Amino acid sequence: MNGSIVGSYVVPVHPHPLLVPEQNEGWSRLRTAFDEARDAIKESGADLLIIYSTTWPSIIGHQIQADPNPQWTLVDQDFHDLGSMDYSFNIDAEFAEAWNQANHNRGLKSRTVAYHGFPIDVGSVVALKLLNPDNSIPAVIVSSNVYANRSETTVLAKACLDVIKKTGRKAVAVTAMSMSNRMFTEFIDPSDDRIHSLKDDEWNRKVLEFLEEGRLEDVAQLSRTIHQQIRVQKVVTFKPMWWLSAMNGNRNNLTGRVLAYEALHGAGGAVVQLDPTSTGMGDKEYDEDDVEYYRGERNVLDAEEAIEADEPLTASTGPALWEPPESKGAVNSKAAPKPVGMYPHARQVGDLLYLSGVGPRQPGTNAIPGGPIRDDDGNPVEYDIKAQTRAVVENIARILEEAGSSMDKIVDVTSFLVDMDRDFAGYNEVWAETLGHFGPTRTTLAIRALPTPIAVEMKVIAKV
Amino acid sequence: MTELTPTLMAKGSIVAGCLAPHPPHLVYAENPPQNEPTSEGGWEQLRWGYERLRESLSKIDHDVLVLLSPHWQTYVGTHFLGIPHFEGLSVDPVFPNLFRYTYDMNIDVELSQAIHDKAKGSGLAVKMMENPDFRVDYGTITTGHMVNPAFDKPLVVISSNRSTHYYSVEVMQEMMMELGRVTREAIEESGKKAVILASNSLSHRHFTTESEVPEDMSKEHIASHAMHLWDMRIIDYMRTGQAQRILDEMPEFTEQAIAESDGGGLTWLLSTLSVPDYPAILHGYGTIIGTGNAIVEWPCYANEGDVQ
Repeated sequence: MNGSIVGSYVVPVHPHPLLVPEQNEGWSRLRTAFDEARDAIKESGADLLIIYSTTWPSIIGHQIQADPNPQWTLVDQDFHDLGSMDYSFNIDAEFAEAWNQANHNRGLKSRTVAYHGFPIDVGSVVALKLLNPDNSIPAVIVSSNVYANRSETTVLAKACLDVIKKTGRKAVAVTAMSMSNRMFTEFIDPSDDRIHSLKDDEWNRKVLEFLEEGRLEDVAQLSRTIHQQIRVQKVVTFKPMWWLSAMNGNRNNLTGRVLAYEALHGAGGAVVQLDPTSTGMGDKEYDEDDVEYYRGERNVLDAEEAIEADEPLTASTGPALWEPPESKGAVNSKAAPKPVGMYPHARQVGDLLYLSGVGPRQPGTNAIPGGPIRDDDGNPVEYDIKAQTRAVVENIARILEEAGSSMDKIVDVTSFLVDMDRDFAGYNEVWAETLGHFGPTRTTLAIRALPTPIAVEMKVIAKV
Repeated sequence: MTELTPTLMAKGSIVAGCLAPHPPHLVYAENPPQNEPTSEGGWEQLRWGYERLRESLSKIDHDVLVLLSPHWQTYVGTHFLGIPHFEGLSVDPVFPNLFRYTYDMNIDVELSQAIHDKAKGSGLAVKMMENPDFRVDYGTITTGHMVNPAFDKPLVVISSNRSTHYYSVEVMQEMMMELGRVTREAIEESGKKAVILASNSLSHRHFTTESEVPEDMSKEHIASHAMHLWDMRIIDYMRTGQAQRILDEMPEFTEQAIAESDGGGLTWLLSTLSVPDYPAILHGYGTIIGTGNAIVEWPCYANEGDVQ
């Protein structure tokens, strides 16, 4: 399936455009921009709204809302006098769970939350009520981890993209965030609202100029500078741009439109549309690591685990290959891949043949059909479990043939998968097409890793 | 009926001031009927500390608990709960697995309004929160529960203005010293006996992972040695009656220990107590997911001698 991001939006977090747009012309223009974004999202055919909200801070990794129908009445902690916000949302819990799993696959800490009365944050509520008022598009909401760095935030997006691609969704990515977030610290008359300072206004306009040119990755790479210049420092950083840029492939050639830019009690509120259509302009000059897998750097509780997670970097280059020993009863085949230790391909005892674990590596080239499960740096990469499983079966057939046996004489098979959740179905499908026809007994086990970057291995007992 | 004016009433007073942190883990570990998740205990050092605080406060006659919560964060001024009664369900947005608490509490709106009015008169930006749909923050509920699980005394609940992050610790201290002063004055004029509660921890660097069993105490410790040193330094000042030194070192402490004193509660507390120079009682100290938490009582009644 070919899921993709069909649109991206930046929207403000404060409730004024939702609750009292009539009190200020700027708030009214923001409301109109929200409405325009709503219509564009509907016309895009999107079937999923993904909200990354800066007003949902988290500490223990990222949290993903997974209550299928959260309902409550929200009152803003500051602007409680503007009114209450009843909400009832349509959350795609299945996608939330899949995203959570994809995060884990890429080394991120995250969890789903599905509790009655969970306080959905004001940024998410404003975004969903204005962009998706009839709940016609299922949504998912993710928190903004207060400690997350760029790597963690980028990998969070890539894990989300894994699921979008796998499920074929047409997704819209939304960051609920302020531009400059310094508000007036005193109460003001709505008619007096303006951007807090000229400096904030100038920075906001520069950032919006970049976005209007589709230069999202440039904004992402400037995010630390922008944060230093126009943001109240603690907790809510400019990190949503890391996420949004990664959701769009870290590009600088999107088609951008600023639908509105106004003050919200002094903060910069903008509604920005980013269409994935290329402008034809030059793309990024990428000057930061394009990280695929998060290794962590501050897990106090899991310090030993974090160190362990780094080890595959060296292991992934693969152990040395051995010539199979010619021990008593040994059966070795030049048509099978060389072992990674001092053991034969098979050993015959009486009329039974015991095969060593057989993987998909190809004899001679050592290549892995369907691709390896991680690259040389230890980063997980996409692979085809069906192709790997077929290659395993072919290697088994070669060894059996060398021993004078054949597939129909297989008695028992023990299979090892490194990712049971991801791979069982594909592996099982190939099994049914091949070995399943011959009727051996089978046991399938999930294991943590195999010595080479493969996803499947089989241990076979056959008659000669 | 003729209302008593402040000058005709007995003078009110602050009978105790307490540092009373609010980690929801403590409520979770207590397994009270109000909280849905259940635990096998945990964080006993701190829970025993709260037991000692409750025992101590039970011996002091008081009418109201006045609380400043760092988890009601307001950026535009300082706010006060302004409705007599709140009830509902509170789910911690960070630890929803631990805290889903059905709360029911009464507010001393009269005293809230009095503090609000005095603060406004002294130039602080203030607002009464009068929206009946408002959900009380979990910091208020946790501290309220740990100090008085029956919730049978009314509260005054004050938001945490985030001036530290908008300006500096110095500006925060100026504002909180003033808010503390007017809080004390309003209490004295009310004729009521009040316990002051600053609902904040000390060092505040969290772990970013949670053990599989959250109450697994083999995983619990301070986030770093530097945090421990800062916590001990501040506690030492508390125990030796050197509150002024806490205020003097607040900028460094807040920055280097990422301390939750950034929310203003500790400064406000010390100000309500007129920056006490008598020793505080340390009821307990412990860590919660790496943060340092102390339960401390300044026994004003024993040092000002006019309220028993």
